[in-house]
Amino acid sequence: MKKIYFLSVFFSFFYTAWSQDDVYPAKEYKGVLYITNGTVHVGDGRVLDNATIKVNEGKIVQVGTGISVPQHDGQVKVVDAIGKQVYPGLILPQSDLGLKEISGSVRGSNDFRELGDYNPNIRSVVAYNPASMMVNVLKANGILLAAVVPQGGTLSGSSSVVQLDAWNWEDAAYKTDNGIHLRLPSFHPSRRSFFIETAQSDREEATRRALGKVEEIKSFFREAKAYLQETSRTAPNLKLEAVKGLFNKSQKLYVHAGEVKQMLLAIDFVKEFGFDVVIVGGEASWQIAPLLKSVNIPVILNALHRLPATEDEDYDQPFKTSAILQQAGVLFALNDDANNTRYRNLAFNAGTAVRYGLTKEEALSAITLNAAKILGIDSRTGSIEAGKDANIIISEGDVLDMRTSIIKHAFIQGREVNLASKQTQLYERYMDKYGLKQKQ
Amino acid sequence: MKKILLIPVFFAAVWSTYAQQTFPVNDVADERSKAYIFINATIVKDVNTTLQNAAMLVQKGKIVAVGNTVAVPKDAVVVDCKGKYIVPSFIDMYSDYGVPVLQKVPVGFSYTSPIRLTSDTKGARGWNEAIKADIDAVDLFVADKDKAKTFRGIGFGTVLTHHKDGIARGTGTVVTLADKKENLVIVKEKVSAHYSFNKGTSAQSYPTSLMGAIALLRQTYIDADWYKNNPDAEGVNLSLQAWNNNRHLLQVFDAGDKWADIRADRIGDEFGVQYIIKGGGNEYQRIKEIAATGAAFIVPVNYPQAIDVEDPDNARLVSLNDLRHWELAPVNAAALENAGISFCLTPSDLKDPGQFLSNVRKAIEHGLSEQKALEALTRTPATLLGVYDRLGSLEPGKLANFLITSGPVFHEKTAIFQNWVQGEKYTVRDVDDSDIKGIYAMVLHTVKGDTRYTVEVKNARTATVSNMDSIQVSFSFNGRMVNMSIKTGKSAQPVIRLSGAVDHNRNWKGTGEDAEGNTLLWSAEFVKPLEEQTDDVPKKIIAPQTKITYPFGSYGWDEMPRQETLLIKDATVWTGEAEGVLTNTDVLVKQGKIVQIGKGIRDAGAKIITGTGKYLTAGIIDEHSHIAVASSVNEGAQSVTSEVRIGDNLNPDDINIYRQLAGGVTASHILHGSANTIGGQSQLIKLRWGADDKGLRFEGADPFIKFALGENVKRTISVANNRFPDTRMGVEQVLADAFQRATDYENALKKAAAHTGKKKEPANPFATVRRDLELEALVEIMHQKRFITCHSYVQGEITYAMRVAEQFGFRFNTFTHVLEGYKVADKIKAHGASVSTFSDWFGYKVEVTDAIAYNAAIMQKMGLNVCINSDDAEMARRLNQEAAKIVKYGGVSEAEAWKMVTINPAKALHIDGRTGSIKTGKDADLVLWSDHPLSIYAQPEKTIVDGIVYFDIERDRLLRELISKERNRIIQKMIAEKKSGKPVATFKPSLYFSLSCREDEGAIIQ
Repeated sequence: MKKIYFLSVFFSFFYTAWSQDDVYPAKEYKGVLYITNGTVHVGDGRVLDNATIKVNEGKIVQVGTGISVPQHDGQVKVVDAIGKQVYPGLILPQSDLGLKEISGSVRGSNDFRELGDYNPNIRSVVAYNPASMMVNVLKANGILLAAVVPQGGTLSGSSSVVQLDAWNWEDAAYKTDNGIHLRLPSFHPSRRSFFIETAQSDREEATRRALGKVEEIKSFFREAKAYLQETSRTAPNLKLEAVKGLFNKSQKLYVHAGEVKQMLLAIDFVKEFGFDVVIVGGEASWQIAPLLKSVNIPVILNALHRLPATEDEDYDQPFKTSAILQQAGVLFALNDDANNTRYRNLAFNAGTAVRYGLTKEEALSAITLNAAKILGIDSRTGSIEAGKDANIIISEGDVLDMRTSIIKHAFIQGREVNLASKQTQLYERYMDKYGLKQKQ
Repeated sequence: MKKILLIPVFFAAVWSTYAQQTFPVNDVADERSKAYIFINATIVKDVNTTLQNAAMLVQKGKIVAVGNTVAVPKDAVVVDCKGKYIVPSFIDMYSDYGVPVLQKVPVGFSYTSPIRLTSDTKGARGWNEAIKADIDAVDLFVADKDKAKTFRGIGFGTVLTHHKDGIARGTGTVVTLADKKENLVIVKEKVSAHYSFNKGTSAQSYPTSLMGAIALLRQTYIDADWYKNNPDAEGVNLSLQAWNNNRHLLQVFDAGDKWADIRADRIGDEFGVQYIIKGGGNEYQRIKEIAATGAAFIVPVNYPQAIDVEDPDNARLVSLNDLRHWELAPVNAAALENAGISFCLTPSDLKDPGQFLSNVRKAIEHGLSEQKALEALTRTPATLLGVYDRLGSLEPGKLANFLITSGPVFHEKTAIFQNWVQGEKYTVRDVDDSDIKGIYAMVLHTVKGDTRYTVEVKNARTATVSNMDSIQVSFSFNGRMVNMSIKTGKSAQPVIRLSGAVDHNRNWKGTGEDAEGNTLLWSAEFVKPLEEQTDDVPKKIIAPQTKITYPFGSYGWDEMPRQETLLIKDATVWTGEAEGVLTNTDVLVKQGKIVQIGKGIRDAGAKIITGTGKYLTAGIIDEHSHIAVASSVNEGAQSVTSEVRIGDNLNPDDINIYRQLAGGVTASHILHGSANTIGGQSQLIKLRWGADDKGLRFEGADPFIKFALGENVKRTISVANNRFPDTRMGVEQVLADAFQRATDYENALKKAAAHTGKKKEPANPFATVRRDLELEALVEIMHQKRFITCHSYVQGEITYAMRVAEQFGFRFNTFTHVLEGYKVADKIKAHGASVSTFSDWFGYKVEVTDAIAYNAAIMQKMGLNVCINSDDAEMARRLNQEAAKIVKYGGVSEAEAWKMVTINPAKALHIDGRTGSIKTGKDADLVLWSDHPLSIYAQPEKTIVDGIVYFDIERDRLLRELISKERNRIIQKMIAEKKSGKPVATFKPSLYFSLSCREDEGAIIQ
């Protein structure tokens, strides 16, 4: 079997490389860039009609109307966005991007789940593959930044935010080790499988086991806290050392929790350890929205495009959860975790949320500025405001509605990135084979 | 007396209570007459006849006489049954008494584990281990004293027992629950043949699914019939031989659920068998369909316990379906009675058989008549088993199988004292409260003199003593002796302890010790009976508030909706036809059809639906779906399973039907999964929410079948695959081989039909050629009577599949998924297949690394009939968005993109004459959208199938409130049950799942 694995890994890698070898990361651009006359969606709710953005050395320096654009200046790049919609680059707040290539069948292409239970020292960024087949596809749909998150165990390790136009992981790193990921056990007994009834003992034990696990997690942090109080140490403990950032608040604790009880415990962590906690998943967060607001815990919602949790639940519950959080004043970001489409539909999850209660600008914030805040990068990105990185996309029309969500230009730190991908190349190749004319 | 005895002599040879003749006696002979006469009893002779103050004479295990005047033979033991009842004992039709199956963990099918291809059963038996027709319960039967005692304790005297293992389970035998040598308790050796959908302990992989089990049963009926001609090719097949021999017996099918009952009955209909069906207790939910089976039923009385739902977070995960069933389960028997269905009751599914009588009583409280209850436990089973001449009532000549009870057998306070089986007494309860109940005058002869007390005995365990400063009295009566200890005063003083014997005049005499340890004599005399309220009649409780809805769970209908004349006014109508988009247009619907499209249409009788500002389109048709399927979508044990049918396996209660209506879907093509190259036959349905499985079917549509190629069928993720094929090279050969075999089969049939002995009669080719359901479906394909939807990914496999088909003279109707279809669009076009793809899936398997979102656009531009499908219960709710993506990826026009989810799939499924666009004469399958249908902001407000509004956003909002109220009501009731101290079941989430092509994965991987 090993041989076969080896071969299939080899081939998939080969294909990937072959198909995109002419899509290069953009060269650094230190000059001045103007994006003119577009409808600028700032990301914080504001929309500026017919506005111009001035960028210098990769940073936004000015946004507004009445910004004069020098004519015929060879040093200056001008992109006309008239009639087009200009948005901050979209941010995918939770993903296995670059860690997982062929999820199902090629083990060798998977680097997203480590063995062991307590791995706070695991760092996802070092395994991030910037040449992943998915990266260019996401970029073409306006996603310019993504959090790369390890899985597995209870403490899975630290995530990092990457920008999607890079030669290597060090280039890609946008914010390294922005948080540690904790996965809480389920308090619900597993649902019956069709063939085998859940044993009575299993049912009774689910809660007890979960509570036991939570105690164990707390013990870990108590020991870590004690450990970190001793500063002169000759033999450091990698695992305990790794959670230092949680105590000094340079890192957030991302608690993966969908059930009400899990989220209540996440709140408890804030109380005991004073961590900056973010809930990831939040399937049932709509039930405790006011509570989340009262303790100011933000939520990264898993994809809206999912089925309700129970037969009786409103068919549109997952679609409207974000509106409930919005109304309660909870800070939240939207995610796309659909494995079969590899997260390319982030904008359309936000679009669906609009139909079910968000305004378009609120939905946009949920995939830009809110995500930046939750990932701890809002000082640098997430909105089109002076002082931030020029992470900008220009769409033919409404980016949230697929019919018009056609990204014409994308800039990461002022560099205009190539929006071609293996998908567009194969499109071209076969349109050419059949003598068809491309229209896009 | 002798005269009466003469009548049943015929039976006596077998049914005597003599010790068995062939067994040597290690003692002296001890023949007794074993005659008992029971007098002064209320005798429930049969379901219709109760005799007051009657007598029954029993001799040598059988009833000799029953009546108001029965001569008492001198050598009979007289049993005075004053105040007591004599009732025929019960018969259980669904027991495994004496033939238990050794429990093994059921072998589930795993997508990655090796396939078990052969049977573990040794010898000249059939190919499939789950067909155990040659098992005879009478062979395996070993009397089991403990079990016999348990079931006698709840009133049973006779059972039909069988080995509950396998899909065919062999024969059952009728035995009594007497503690005798097996030889003497067997009433009838082979009475019944048993079947189920559950392969039990069989470790063989086939069948992995319910539909596979059904196919196996159907094929076995055919094989057995063919085997009657002793085909050389088969040799001796003991399984089929036994199957055939069992056909003349009573046919009993363990179905175990309302829909399964109907599935079982359909198999019976096909092969001329009327099964007696063992139900599941939820038949009341679909009583009309159940009655239509015409079957007699055996139903359990195992009602669900209240669930511990105090924790609201847990309660949320218990479905309304389960909550309602908890409340309604006891109405099941009454529903059967009211529907005129013949049925028996069985304790078989009860974890604690001790619950049986109280559960029957619950059924009576919920409307079952007492008479019917008795019939269901005596005459009906005896009649079905063909033993009513020997069992089931108290008549001369019948076995002396009866109960002596304190009152009417189903009343709450009634106790069973004795259960007589074959004329032998088995004591169930020694003590009769009525023997001791009463007021007594007691005298203690102590050293200080006599003291007098009054004792009030309430029952064999409770008494109070007056005229004494007593705090506690403990009392017991065991039928002969009384024991009492009386604690006087408040201190921890010792007690007065008394024990004594009770004589036949109810006077007590005995000895005791007082608190100081002095011995004493004492006596008591019966003074008078207790004054009691005798309201011991079953209380009729108010009918539960739960209504039965269709489907039974949330969002169901109180009554199935009917077609109405509908007039949709002033909408923007996307016709999907050459007329394109018509603004401010009306559409008139009558009798389920679109009858008029235009402006200013009037119809006095029509219900008006205002379409102003809204968009009306044809309903969405999902070419690739796995909703509304019960338990399984794959029969994965073999590479060719064209014999299985998804239609056998529908689940009309699937909530995803409703959710997809809410997403604008009106028809779905329900496919077999992709576990094997030639999968099962698919089923096109319309989303008629609330209909039964037959009602869901898209009537008159061409039949289809699912094929699959690539990674799934070669079991790529299995590290231990042993099922051919393991490569795409092998997949091609599986296809070629299957159609070669089908060709040979067809030729053999033709040849057999031509060779007819008698000239005028058409020959039956199946007399010599074994009818093969698998090959039959393939022959249909070759004759364009069945059409293929083929799961496919890479260009090479798409091409070779077409070439194999062309070699055998047919074509692939549809390639589904077909993510590399763009690479061979010209070849597919030349072949003439439709394509049905995902809008933007990629990157989840090696075979989708070249999948591109532009696939649909390229194929459309190449002139193919392109559909966008879901294969995903969630995404199917947003197929309009998926179609809109084709505008984004490749710039297809909106009109063309919309067709990809409506008229194009209708064409691919050959139903474009019926549905898929808005055109006069077509079915009124329509969706009214809030916004431009391709916009992400669009939401269906009404979804209409056949002119019936199955989804209405306003009704949905109303239902949400009702569901919430009803949930709360029942949850509160359950909590009250818990508070009242009744046992409650530990919380467990309700079963709720959605299937995908690879259902074992949980997540939807395609």
